[in-house]
Amino acid sequence: MIGSKVKFGIVVFPGSNCDYDAYYVCKRILGQETVFLWHKDTDLQGVDVVILPGGFSYGDYLRCGAIARFSPIMQEVMRFEARGGTIIGICNGFQILVEAGLLPGVLLRNKSLTFICKYVHLRVEKTGTRFTNQCSEGEVLEIPIAHGDGNYFTDEKSLQTLEENKQIVFRYCDRHGNVTDEANPNGSLGSIAGIINKRGNVLGMMPHPERASDPLLRHTDGQKVFRSVLQSFVSHSMGRDVAGAGYSLTAADGGRR
Amino acid sequence: MYLSRIRVTLRKSILDPQGKAVEHAIGALGFQGVSNVRMGKYIELNVESSSAEEARLVTEDVCKKLLANPVMEDYHVEVEQA
Repeated sequence: MIGSKVKFGIVVFPGSNCDYDAYYVCKRILGQETVFLWHKDTDLQGVDVVILPGGFSYGDYLRCGAIARFSPIMQEVMRFEARGGTIIGICNGFQILVEAGLLPGVLLRNKSLTFICKYVHLRVEKTGTRFTNQCSEGEVLEIPIAHGDGNYFTDEKSLQTLEENKQIVFRYCDRHGNVTDEANPNGSLGSIAGIINKRGNVLGMMPHPERASDPLLRHTDGQKVFRSVLQSFVSHSMGRDVAGAGYSLTAADGGRR
Repeated sequence: MYLSRIRVTLRKSILDPQGKAVEHAIGALGFQGVSNVRMGKYIELNVESSSAEEARLVTEDVCKKLLANPVMEDYHVEVEQA
């Protein structure tokens, strides 16, 4: 319904450390209902959007994100995904999504071998998604990264599929929007900073939009990602659910409320 | 009981910056002719099983599902009586 609030769920793994930042942005900056979802929970509490936050889930043991995908809450997140639910994986969350097979590829160690924490520029490669409908084509966003393993890699065939389906949403670029090797902080294939799945309901990105959303920090480009998600629910309702049955996602979900 | 020894290594096609850094350090130490350093993981585990062949199958299944990510890694399994 128009004007309805969107309920956000922030998954908390042992070792998550951007969970409160994500909560703060959803709750205080966007003013939406927001809950934490503990990794041992098996109930998504009727959320409309799941955020897998940054951090070092399970100490990054074995491989970043490799253990988290087996936690009880992730089984629910996989079911939520299968129903078309909106999922954002940020940094470690992106790593979890590729390990879980919800997005293709893998995040390798940064080419420099160092942990990199700094503002970078991103070029919006695809607008009109649930995550970028508030951006314009080629728009340059300034959002920070903070990772040691953000070097996106996938095989040639998979890369070709990503390109053909226009699943690459963000690329690292310079301040003018030029995608160059110099502006690629971690060696990512094709300067890839964020991708969506084919259906367009899952976003994985290494940069941290939640760290660039509070006006107090003087960077608010990250808000565009979250506001796009909010907008996606409004358009959804207008197009398909004017009768007031709630989001069609909810309606399709057999009495989740 | 069987003991599985597992080596997980980055696939040949993947650049191994950690290996490269170690290779540079080896060169800096004065060693000559040392090249192609590749880093990996070594994992041991016990498998309760009636035969070595079955233990290998279980181990390989574990490798595929958890210990190695096929997008970037290969694995090698050796099984012996524990």
